[in-house]
Amino acid sequence: MTPEAVGPLVAEPATGTATPVPRGARRVQWTVWAQRYGALATLVVLFVYNAIATPFFLTPQSLLFVLLRQAAPIAIVAVGMAIVIGTAGIDLSVGSVMAIAGQVGATLVLHDQPFLLAIVAALLVSAVCGLFNGTLVARFGVQPIIATLILFIAGRGIAQLITGGKLQTLADPDFQWIGLARPFGVPAQVIVAVVVAVVAWLIMRFTVFGRYVLAVGGNETASRLAGVPAARVKLLAYVTSGVLAGLVGLIAVSANSASDANNVGVGMELDAIAAVAVAGTPLTGGKVTVWGAVVGAVMLKLLQNTLIAHGITKEVAQMVEGAVIIAALWLQRHEA
Amino acid sequence: MADQSAPLLSMQGINKQFLGVPALRQAHFEVTRGEVHALIGQNGAGKSTLIKVLTGVYAKDSGRIEFDGREVAFPSPHAAQLAGLSTIYQEVNLVPFRSMAENVFLNREPKRFGFIDWGRMNREAAAILQRLDIDVDVTRPMYDYSIATQQMTALARALSTEAKLVIMDEPTSALAEQEVQTLFRVIRQLKSEGISVVFVSHRLDELYAVSDRVTVMRDGRTVEECPMSEISRFELVSRMLGRELAAELSHRRGDEDGALADRQPVLEAVDLHRGRALDGVSLSIRPGEIVGLAGLLGSGRSETARAIFGADPHDSGTITVEGTPLHLKSPRDAVEHKIGFASEDRKTDGIIPQLSVRENLTLALLPHLRRHGIVDRKRQAEIVDRFIKAIGIKCSSPDQPIRELSGGNQQKVILARWLCINPKLLILDEPTRGIDVGAKRDIQVLVRQLADEGLAVLLISSELEEIIADANRVVTLRDGRSVAELTGDQITEDALMHAMATGSAADDAGTDAGSPGSTA
Repeated sequence: MTPEAVGPLVAEPATGTATPVPRGARRVQWTVWAQRYGALATLVVLFVYNAIATPFFLTPQSLLFVLLRQAAPIAIVAVGMAIVIGTAGIDLSVGSVMAIAGQVGATLVLHDQPFLLAIVAALLVSAVCGLFNGTLVARFGVQPIIATLILFIAGRGIAQLITGGKLQTLADPDFQWIGLARPFGVPAQVIVAVVVAVVAWLIMRFTVFGRYVLAVGGNETASRLAGVPAARVKLLAYVTSGVLAGLVGLIAVSANSASDANNVGVGMELDAIAAVAVAGTPLTGGKVTVWGAVVGAVMLKLLQNTLIAHGITKEVAQMVEGAVIIAALWLQRHEA
Repeated sequence: MADQSAPLLSMQGINKQFLGVPALRQAHFEVTRGEVHALIGQNGAGKSTLIKVLTGVYAKDSGRIEFDGREVAFPSPHAAQLAGLSTIYQEVNLVPFRSMAENVFLNREPKRFGFIDWGRMNREAAAILQRLDIDVDVTRPMYDYSIATQQMTALARALSTEAKLVIMDEPTSALAEQEVQTLFRVIRQLKSEGISVVFVSHRLDELYAVSDRVTVMRDGRTVEECPMSEISRFELVSRMLGRELAAELSHRRGDEDGALADRQPVLEAVDLHRGRALDGVSLSIRPGEIVGLAGLLGSGRSETARAIFGADPHDSGTITVEGTPLHLKSPRDAVEHKIGFASEDRKTDGIIPQLSVRENLTLALLPHLRRHGIVDRKRQAEIVDRFIKAIGIKCSSPDQPIRELSGGNQQKVILARWLCINPKLLILDEPTRGIDVGAKRDIQVLVRQLADEGLAVLLISSELEEIIADANRVVTLRDGRSVAELTGDQITEDALMHAMATGSAADDAGTDAGSPGSTA
């Protein structure tokens, strides 16, 4: 296709000066800054504080094997969540999908299937879960929160059915690479998280799909009228979220050397949504910040660890987390 | 106490500004007791503002309102309702999951010992609806009923508040034909009980069927007030559009040699039907031709455009693109056949507000900018730069979010979005609405130029001058049907207004305003 044909149109080119929009003064700019970098700034502050006040914080052991290793699963799920939220949706089913994927993977390994088959099968099942969510949202117009609530509830039941609710313990070195290995002294799941984030960032920034996600989330009607395949875009977003959740489910099972359908991924949807929200991504769609989701995940984890390390009980720590999220939402309020 | 011969409602010298922009200028409006009064005007003429000032949604800047013999200034719609002034909005405002009776008595439920007296509520609601000749089960939830019945419920609510004046804002726009008849029967019933009705509608037939008097508004002013029987459709439309003085216009119809007529149409639509919105629309558009689509509000102009573009399905009729019958299932199909559509509502259907000018401009072209799924950013930048220069889009950079641009520049971006796919047909629905004069001229010049280069354009506009100045041919719609077609020098204001008002291109009195239009 060549757009050359419109070449000769010349309608008195206007002297192309900027349309100045100096709307809103310093106050608004401050909030814009805080929205964009608030999570990062908080992370830096927490980091510096811990470096000074927490013994052994600045050791590879503490940073890589406690902080980043704990944050990695949340970050991976949050990346998928960020894409779904970008389409003005939400995915509550990620925790249950984790449990299903973990069970599928563990069961196959325990039945002496090759570990690669186990992983591929688990990810395929997760993709089907995402497809289910996406179909409800994109084809049948079900509200995302309701559509994904179905798997949120039913998914855990499915996961338990796979093994009749029994805890499966497993010790397969190949399968457990993803949860326990440390190539170059770095936990494998941290590497996986970085790879996922880089790939997602590239996709969002450079591909047609990435642009479509933003368009559909920003104004679905207008996108449709511009020929954007809105339904397919949303479908793909939910599939992505499902596959990433499945991946994290496998990580959890392999790291624990056990698959527990009751506990894998419980509360993950909220952690992931919180990570996306504190990074200043509006839940109304049209914006995706992959790195924001990663920073948000690490920041929330560090906040939690910091509070607990200083003898603050888990209950109070959760309240502080809530307060941080409220602060992030308050900042978003200004973008209208 | 109130003088029965004095008007029930009298609004005099009403002024209202929004952020310095006058919406009402010395408007006046008078309704006598027991009459049905039509209030008409184009979009933005001030009808809604007038009603909202009356019912206490807005406070007037100046002027005097008398209702039932007293000067009033209602602080809220609720206060207006208590005084006997009920409004039934276009979008019926009822609670879908509550019963019909509850909706009738919403906020005024009959109580006994502080609890809702269900028996009495249901009985009274049924009695009121009976009075309207409507026999239904009032205990069933609202969503069970048709829009028409819902409107009857809203009316019943008005009656139960002892309304003296009922205002209906486009009550028929969502109704089927027999439901309209029911509504009219109810309106006559109200009238016989001495209740006045203000009826806002764009359908002239309905206005003539039910109204006693009419007030016409234009640009925030009251321009006509007379008995309905004393004004012809033609006069009514010309008052509404404000075209008494025929502006001389340069005609640039390019088909003297008949060159256009020989070309194969880019698109041909035959006998499109969709619900009550489209009732037999036929038109064809040839390369190099600007076809105007004229008609009053609600005549089916935008619906026609959406049907052609595949944005709405149609029940019957055929669409042929370059000789091939096609079934366009979605806008995406239309885009693939190189049809572009800049819709009427730029904000909801056009721009993606938080995305940049660049992203917005290339949205429809993206599939063609893809190499292995990756956007070819270099080509994207080239195209964006070229169009920004060629059309004169004023932005600080292609990365500026489009929401920060002025309306005219946003519209230019949307035009560029379609031009860059190298379209064969461009559908423009009110392309110059709400944009400044300079940008408007730019766009008109551009569209003419593109047509001269061979683009087929379907132009929808409420502004007659725009259609007269730009179109080679004009298809007029009335009540969802294409009723007249004017070509070349036949396109005059008189002929257009006749066609819009009466459905025929010929003058009622037989003067030669144009030959009778074919229905194609």
